[in-house]
Amino acid sequence: MIFKTVLVIALCILALAILANLYRIIKGPSSADRVQALDSIGINLIASTAVFSVLLHTHAFFDLILLIGILSFIGTVAFARFIERGVVIERKR
Amino acid sequence: MFYTFIFLPLISALFVPLLYKYFNRLVHTGWFVLVVPLTIFIYLLQYIPGVAAGGTYKYTLSWIPSLDMNIVSYVDGLSLLFGLLISGVGALVIVYSIFYMSKIREALHNFYIYLLMFMGAMLGLVFSDHLLVLYGFWELTSVSSFLLISYWYERKSSRQGALKALLITVLGGFGMLAGFIMMIMMADTYSIREMLANLDVLQNHALFIPAMLCVLLGAFTKSAQFPFGIWLPDAMEAPTPVSSYLHSATMVKAGIYLVARMTPIFGGSSVWFWLVAGIGIITLLYGSLTALRQTDLKAMLAYSTISQLGLIMCLLGVGSLAVYFGASDSGTVFGVAGFAALFHLFNHSTFKGSLFMVVGIIDHETGRRDIRYLGGLMQVMPITFTIALVGGLSMAGLPPFNGFLSKEMFFAAVNEVSQAGIFGLSKIGLLFPIIAWVASIFTFVYCMIFIFKTFGGQYRPEKLTRKVHEAPWGMLFSPILLGLLVLFIFFFPNVLGKYILTPALTAMLPMTPMSSYDLKISAWHGLNLELVMTIGVIVVGLLLFKSSKRWVQAMRNYPQGLTLNHWYNKGLSGTERFSTSLTNGYMTGSLRHYLIYTFTFFVIVLISSLLLLYGIRFDFSNDAAISIFDVGLVLGMVIAAGTVLLAGNRIVAIVALGALGYMVAMFFVIFRAPDLALTQMVVETVSTLLFLLCFYHLPKLKKQIERVPFKLTNLIISLAMGLTVTLLALSANGHKLFEPITSFFENSYKLAGAKNIVNAILVDFRGFDTMLEISVLAVAGLGVYILVHQRSKGREQHENE
Repeated sequence: MIFKTVLVIALCILALAILANLYRIIKGPSSADRVQALDSIGINLIASTAVFSVLLHTHAFFDLILLIGILSFIGTVAFARFIERGVVIERKR
Repeated sequence: MFYTFIFLPLISALFVPLLYKYFNRLVHTGWFVLVVPLTIFIYLLQYIPGVAAGGTYKYTLSWIPSLDMNIVSYVDGLSLLFGLLISGVGALVIVYSIFYMSKIREALHNFYIYLLMFMGAMLGLVFSDHLLVLYGFWELTSVSSFLLISYWYERKSSRQGALKALLITVLGGFGMLAGFIMMIMMADTYSIREMLANLDVLQNHALFIPAMLCVLLGAFTKSAQFPFGIWLPDAMEAPTPVSSYLHSATMVKAGIYLVARMTPIFGGSSVWFWLVAGIGIITLLYGSLTALRQTDLKAMLAYSTISQLGLIMCLLGVGSLAVYFGASDSGTVFGVAGFAALFHLFNHSTFKGSLFMVVGIIDHETGRRDIRYLGGLMQVMPITFTIALVGGLSMAGLPPFNGFLSKEMFFAAVNEVSQAGIFGLSKIGLLFPIIAWVASIFTFVYCMIFIFKTFGGQYRPEKLTRKVHEAPWGMLFSPILLGLLVLFIFFFPNVLGKYILTPALTAMLPMTPMSSYDLKISAWHGLNLELVMTIGVIVVGLLLFKSSKRWVQAMRNYPQGLTLNHWYNKGLSGTERFSTSLTNGYMTGSLRHYLIYTFTFFVIVLISSLLLLYGIRFDFSNDAAISIFDVGLVLGMVIAAGTVLLAGNRIVAIVALGALGYMVAMFFVIFRAPDLALTQMVVETVSTLLFLLCFYHLPKLKKQIERVPFKLTNLIISLAMGLTVTLLALSANGHKLFEPITSFFENSYKLAGAKNIVNAILVDFRGFDTMLEISVLAVAGLGVYILVHQRSKGREQHENE
């Protein structure tokens, strides 16, 4: 019972973190801030998915955790390239 | 046997092009075509004894038996009269056209195909007993008349005349179809004869008057009654044999035929009488007045046709009173009016046919059709003049020509009707003889103008384009024959009356005994009111003709703005302008407007149906409890969605959209849908990347990074949409009618050997959907590839253009 309470509290903290990151996405003066916040949301999502899996007694969502990790990495890299060079995929001639 | 002859024109039309191709150099195609109406005429002649003895013949040709659509033909006096007219005048017109239409210059195969098509349609029309088949032939006459009017399609006026005729007659045709369908609904049969058998059902039905009005609309448009007659003068752009055949002898009488055919059904009611007789007499006056103003001979004859058709229509209306009175003495008296209608119908075909042919001859020999250029042709064309004199005086109603007899009978009928004392006739019944008399005077005057302005006066060869001489005998043959018929009928009217007209009248007024008419037909002698009226017509008419120079000119100055044609043109262009402005008004080309229409329609239809069906009911009793995670996620999603809307910068909107998508994925996690969550994650990432790609490729020049502009309509519509969908979803959730079928899929391991129920559904239980989704993706991929790859080629082509 206590374990469950702890998990819920953890989830709430993660949700607060996501909300805080959302604030940064909305407010964020530069694009880089927003991308950073998005990346951070991704990490928070990984965490909350994990907590959820424990809460729901299932390991069906472990794939998702991996996937979010990969995607948020790829996404951040793509955004970074876009901000830096203006294109995501460069054409090699 | 019967159908072979009735469909002979349609069948032989197929062979005309072959004959034209192989034999036209040697023989005029018309000679081959001539065989067709002659055969039919001779074939139909053999029915005369049987029909005169009171017999009728019925033939059935199976067409769509399961729908009760069979070509049922019914030969009685009325259809036989029309059948003989169609084939007889048809034969004469073809003889005339052989000499009128040049073998070398004209596209004769077209001409004769259209003509045969028309003849077949007309024969089918008059013999049809099946209402829908009758309608089919009716439209075929409209179409073939359209083709014939626009025979010289390179002329603008021909095309316009054809278009006008088609628009007006097809309008009436549709009205008639509606009327027919109402009749079929009332009587529950397609057959006219069966309708006659149970008249009571029809006459006491609520649709009786609407059906009558619709049928009359068809009859009036086809027979060029007021105010639908305006197409007929424009149809004079057709070759003269066509004008002579279609627009005087046959097609314009299809409406007359319809009225005569429907008289036993609709006759006897006051609406029918007033419409038919009233419109008829107005048309008579209108046509005769307008004919005076014409300078073109064909236009004059066209208006005179309108006026004479009005006369026949009026007589039919008076004749329909016989249905009201039944077998009594008054019934017999008004039955004579119906007889006069049929008599004049026959007479009109003879003299008007010959007059049109005369005009054709004049046109052919002088190159002019305008009476202001013509004159003094009496000396150079004596035979043509004689025919014109016979036809013209017959039209004016003078003895010793057949027009005199029918005009006397017409006067007798209108005198009789003024004293009928029913349908409110006692008050304004006197108008009938007065209008009839005045119109007859005008008819007399234009007949005089027609004859004496063309053939009398000074001969002025310098105004004519060709060297004038008498027409060839071949061309004169048909009008001479018709002229002789005009004379013959005057002296021996009873031959025609006994064998053809009396059976036709029996078909038109079946409830009155035929024997009471026999005396009346021969009684055309004697000094009575009608004769006095005719003498009055001649005296006043001659006086008017003498002074015609002064007042006819004044009539020609009648303002154009008040003519029916002006209103027709204005109505047509007004309708076009109105529909253009209407279409341009809402088809703005702006996608935003179209979306507004779509969404507004969606909201209105759904909300109103929800309200009307009392569908808004919420039932939360079965819903699951809401957890804190749900609330938090929804809050986050609302914030993200709001950011998308209010973002001042596109990239913010894209990122917020991505965040929204990720939170949806979290929703899937909470609601335990791992597969969905996985897919949603990947798809969301890819689509965010694609959005970024689009963002990068926005055009540099007009790049304006700004907020979504605020529009109140957009806000209202989007709120309404959201509200509608929410209401709908909540109401639907509260109305679960039966258990879901989930329990079946829960056996997925047993049934499909799969532990993952979602995947089992996707590839096993409902694999078809997946297959098609895959093809959707394939198509999308191909589409993108083609769009990207083929772009440059398309651009090159554009530049080359």
